[in-house]
Amino acid sequence: MAAVPNPKIEPPLPGESLQTLRSAVADFDYEQLLWSSGYLAGLARASVAGPLPVAQPAAEAGSDQWVVFYATETGNSRRIAESVAERAGEAGIAAQLQDLREYRPKSLSKVTNALFVVATHGIGDPPDGTEAFFEYWLGDRAPRLEQLNYSILALGDSSYADFCATGQVLDERFRALGARPVVERVECDLDFETPASGWTSSVVEHAAKNAAPQPAQVRAPHLRAVSSRSQYTRENPFLAELVVNQPITGPGSGKDVRHIELDLEGSGLSYLPGDSLGVVPQNPPEVVHSLLDALQLDGASKVTVGGEQLSLAAALSAHREVTVISRPLLEKLAAKHGELQQVLSDRERLTDFFGTRQVIDLFGDYPIDWDAQELVDSLRRLTPRLYSIASSPDANPDEAHLTVAVVQYEQFGRQHWGSASSFLAGGASQVPVFVESNDRFRLPEDGSAPIIMIGAGTGVAPYRAFVEHRREHGHKGDNWLIFGDRNFTSDFLYQLEWLRYRKDGTLTRMDVAFSRDQKEKIYVQHRMKEYGRRLFDWLERGAHLYVCGDAKRMANDTHEALLAVIEDHGGMSREEAIQYVADLKANRRYQRDVY
Amino acid sequence: MSKNALSPVEHIKKRSNYLRGTIVESLADPLTGALAEDDTQLTKFHGFYQQDDRDLRAERTRRKLEPAYSFMIRVRVPGGITTPAQWLALDSLATTHANGTLRLTTRQAFQFHGVTKGNVKATIRRINDSLLSTIAACGDVNRNVMCTPLAETSAVHEAACKVAGELSEHLAPKTRSYHEIWMDGEKVAGTPDHEPIYGETYLPRKFKIALAIPPSNDVDVMAHDLSFIAIEKGGELQGFNVAVGGGMGMTHGEPDTYPRVADIIGFCTVEQVIPVAEHVVGVQRDHGDRTNRKHARLKYTIDDRGIDWFRGALFERLGFELAVPSPFEFRSRGDVFGWANDRRGLWNLTLFVPEGRIQDNGESRLMTALRELAPMHQGDFRLTANQNVIVSGIPDGERESVDRLFREHGVSLLQSLSPLRQQAIACVALPTCGLAMAEAERYLPEFTDKVEELLARHGLLNESISLRITGCPNGCARPYLAEIALVGKAPGRYNLFLGGDAEGLRLNRLARENIDEVAILATLDNLFGRFVRERSSGETFGDFAHRAYFPEALAS
Ligand code: SRM
Ligand SMILES: Cc1cc2nc3c(=O)[nH]c(=O)nc-3n(C[C@H](O)[C@H](O)[C@H](O)COP(=O)(O)OP(=O)(O)OC[C@H]3O[C@@H](n4cnc5c(N)ncnc54)[C@H](O)[C@@H]3O)c2cc1C
Ligand SMILES: Cc1cc2nc3c(=O)[nH]c(=O)nc-3n(C[C@H](O)[C@H](O)[C@H](O)COP(=O)(O)O)c2cc1C
Ligand code: SF4
Repeated sequence: MAAVPNPKIEPPLPGESLQTLRSAVADFDYEQLLWSSGYLAGLARASVAGPLPVAQPAAEAGSDQWVVFYATETGNSRRIAESVAERAGEAGIAAQLQDLREYRPKSLSKVTNALFVVATHGIGDPPDGTEAFFEYWLGDRAPRLEQLNYSILALGDSSYADFCATGQVLDERFRALGARPVVERVECDLDFETPASGWTSSVVEHAAKNAAPQPAQVRAPHLRAVSSRSQYTRENPFLAELVVNQPITGPGSGKDVRHIELDLEGSGLSYLPGDSLGVVPQNPPEVVHSLLDALQLDGASKVTVGGEQLSLAAALSAHREVTVISRPLLEKLAAKHGELQQVLSDRERLTDFFGTRQVIDLFGDYPIDWDAQELVDSLRRLTPRLYSIASSPDANPDEAHLTVAVVQYEQFGRQHWGSASSFLAGGASQVPVFVESNDRFRLPEDGSAPIIMIGAGTGVAPYRAFVEHRREHGHKGDNWLIFGDRNFTSDFLYQLEWLRYRKDGTLTRMDVAFSRDQKEKIYVQHRMKEYGRRLFDWLERGAHLYVCGDAKRMANDTHEALLAVIEDHGGMSREEAIQYVADLKANRRYQRDVY
Repeated sequence: MSKNALSPVEHIKKRSNYLRGTIVESLADPLTGALAEDDTQLTKFHGFYQQDDRDLRAERTRRKLEPAYSFMIRVRVPGGITTPAQWLALDSLATTHANGTLRLTTRQAFQFHGVTKGNVKATIRRINDSLLSTIAACGDVNRNVMCTPLAETSAVHEAACKVAGELSEHLAPKTRSYHEIWMDGEKVAGTPDHEPIYGETYLPRKFKIALAIPPSNDVDVMAHDLSFIAIEKGGELQGFNVAVGGGMGMTHGEPDTYPRVADIIGFCTVEQVIPVAEHVVGVQRDHGDRTNRKHARLKYTIDDRGIDWFRGALFERLGFELAVPSPFEFRSRGDVFGWANDRRGLWNLTLFVPEGRIQDNGESRLMTALRELAPMHQGDFRLTANQNVIVSGIPDGERESVDRLFREHGVSLLQSLSPLRQQAIACVALPTCGLAMAEAERYLPEFTDKVEELLARHGLLNESISLRITGCPNGCARPYLAEIALVGKAPGRYNLFLGGDAEGLRLNRLARENIDEVAILATLDNLFGRFVRERSSGETFGDFAHRAYFPEALAS
């Protein structure tokens, strides 16, 4: 394949068809043309039978060519990479986008200029699907990379102990292999816009300095679903009406899970099963009040946020993270309260700290005397939360359903609330939303392919969309759901619907694991093993396997169970099983969405 | 449905292979707390009903959860007698596997409520381990045979109770499926199962037998498909008057359904009891209406064809005719509370069980008291037809300590209860009974308070008046034989029936339809006032209400 795709592509359409197409779009304005391009791209995707063709390895880029790699799970890295490529193109630099999931690891040996935008997921792990790349380059047999000029933008969330771990280890490794960092690594927290844009400027500037001018080139980003073609985005969310807010756990449950329905009419937002909905929350007033109390500040005092004057209360409720603790905040407090240093330096304690405590616990236990502005400056920007969409767009036009576990708990003698979940459950009538498309979690193109869906708790949400979608389209493929939660009586999310789907044959099979209904804990991974024979048979029949839900434990446990099942029932060694799973992944037959 | 089409339950029975159906598979289905629909019919024969907590039903549906299914398991208790060990077994099952209470029924049985599907098998096994059973506690078969629980009252009682036990045994279903499913009994390959008396589709409907020993009509002898009234001569049991075609159930708005008191069709000797019962069952099996379950009880079989036809059919099968009935007299019904001596010289303590439920309720810890009594108790525990319990067989020397035990647990030994409250009974109804239209058990204490207030105001508090409440017209508390009855129509609304007699032989009548508490109390208030003013000497309230409210009934 040529290093640079020919900009003057010969249309693969016979003259007449091309004519038809031209006249059909003759009157379209800019927006409409853009939309149509996405629409046609969507059609193209839908017409590809079987798994998507794996993209060709990125060009063995010439010395002035830059490859912009990204490793993403929730799309941030991809979006940044796209804008890097665009700005490079504008600066006259040949830049090519490359998803690391679809890249043959070895090919990097032939690349001279590379930019990496990489997120960290799981507990300090690379994004799902990119493991092969990292295993290869972090492994003992990785070749030297003397030819490589690179820079890394690391995405992360400083409320995790292993902040930006993926970017860090990659950077270290590349250095060790002899590659040259041309711009120092930049680490971003969830409010990544500013640092990301700074890094982009630096790398583009560097590339421009060292490059002979070239015609602008941006390789078209990977075909994407139509969903991104609404005027409403993360930056400009759609104000959706919340029409249903229904508790779906039983009265005796230890959890409060809500079925939420949002009206998307008029938004032009569209989505596919597997996508998530981004929700831009307003913080719970209780939390804002308790922070004001703890710091003895007046909510009416004026503060400046992003150049705008507003009241402290308003800033805290709409612009700042007031629940989740970030690392900079912790560090800032540690400067005054030495005992927090110990937390910061102990990974276990840090993880536990982030997992159980919220901002109010910090201010309650480690008092400070900040003024309003300092408080606002010390808190991270409020970031949208993602929720798996639990409905099929075709069965519910103009609606999106969510399954939301309400975060509310008492600990350390204080009441705690989650920001977005409380916002959704607490009576919000209008919710700013956007669609976060997720091509890593898709139904098979082939409606007759069997699928196995494994989910715990709210992890069942996308499967409601999957099953509804397949039923709506009359897809005949077998559907097997393995669901887990705490108690049968109170936590069997959407039980009535599953029973109905089983009765009408849409669900071929369903197994459940209720961990607290008996003395020994039983989880979904136990059911996977219990029905291992069948699981393996289904995989051999071409089944696609999905895992959704808790990242902390379930993701690992189900992965281990899968390997064990393949070993036991496929008569394979550990290595062979690992390869089997790798092949499943490569063929997009093993997809995970864990959070 | 065409007139002659068999009712769906008949098909279910027929294809069930002697009550097996898919019960085993249903129990194993982890996705639902319910059984497959057909199996819900079959499990009745095995002694349990699928129910759901009706207080929660609507809310759970909104939450996309199935109803809170659980099971009511009825224990078959021959003669209503349990040993202390059995009592303890049931008591412990109630806490570990059910809702923590034991329901005493109007047919001298126990019921567990709130047993989840996962616990059904273990519960039934443990009931059987304690040498009790659940088979045929419900279903289209003969049920628990009722008889006065105090056999030791006289030689006649003893002989009659023996007959009751034999009847119960003789008419029990013989299918091996019960043992197979619940006790993991072996499946005997090749040999087909069979039911010598019932056949593979069993009876068209439930079938009930009771034995009464005059002068006490504690079992409401006229309310059953088949009943035997003991006839005594010189302290010896001579035989029984045979009565057929009693029944309580009816349906609102369906005049073709009605309660009916039994017809006495003759007299049989003690030896003839079993053949008589078997052939009454046989006539009903072959002629009962299998197309319409609301019209399938023996009372309709008889009314459709006439009592003479029935006698003829029965006598033909028997090969002999029943003798002319002997005279008898009932003078009471209901339970006599407190201590009574029997012919063993032992003592029996009849306890008032509020609303028929053994439980700890605030100060009154009846369940705990009985649990603590059981290990020391040499005798047994007996259930009455009015949802009460008798601690039976206490030696003279232990009366005091038994008294003390109950006192310490706050269990009232009756000094303070009005005759109205002592006799009042209610069926289970909400929240477990799937057929209930209004409250009964949960409403009884409160309603009784209010009626007591009225009675007190009219100076009638010591008057013996029977009050019964059911949550629907099926009549599980035999309301149509009460002097005052409330039959549920809708939440908070009842049909008011008045005018049964004190002995439980005459049906009451519908006085006011679909009224709320205010109207019920106003009606009673008015009637109590008239009763005080207009009663003739010695006249009971039931008799007065009968003549005052339904003058036309007297005319005819
Ligand atoms: C527990 C008990 C009432 C009580 O509070 O004591 C009872 C409770 C129920 N009865 Fe009954 N019946 C009970 C004695 C009676 C009686 C009284 C009697 O037998 O002396 C009657 C009236 C006599 C008769 O049969 O005519 C009675 C007539 C009914 C009927 C109407 C039958 C009919 O043919 O008219 C039904 C409904 C049905 O069978 O379709 C019924 C149905 C029921 C069910 C099983 C409801 C159902 O079918 O889903 C009730 C369960 C409620 C619960 O949650 O426990 N029950 N039922 C009694 C259990 C007796 C036993 O140990 O076997
Ligand atoms: C791709 C994706 C899909 C998702 N899909 C869903 C979904 O379908 N349904 C769903 O409910 N969520 C889903 N989530 C999670 C969701 O985005 C939010 O993280 C979650 O709802 C909590 O957000 P919040 O604003 O309510 O709480 P926050 O304000 O973010 O507060 C959470 C903080 O509370 C503290 N905390 C203590 N105990 C707990 C506890 N038991 N649970 C949570 N926090 C605790 C922790 O410090 C935690 O950081 C998804 C996440 C991702 C990334
Ligand atoms: C389930 C989950 C686990 C995460 N774990 C980490 C982590 O261990 N360390 C970290 O720095 N960031 C972590 N993050 C934060 C992401 O790196 C951050 O949200 C980033 O912006 C995502 O980029 P992406 O959209 O390109 O995937 C995690 C995010 C999720 C949803
Ligand atoms: S009378 Fe009606 S409400 Fe009461 S237990 Fe019987 S069936 Fe249920």
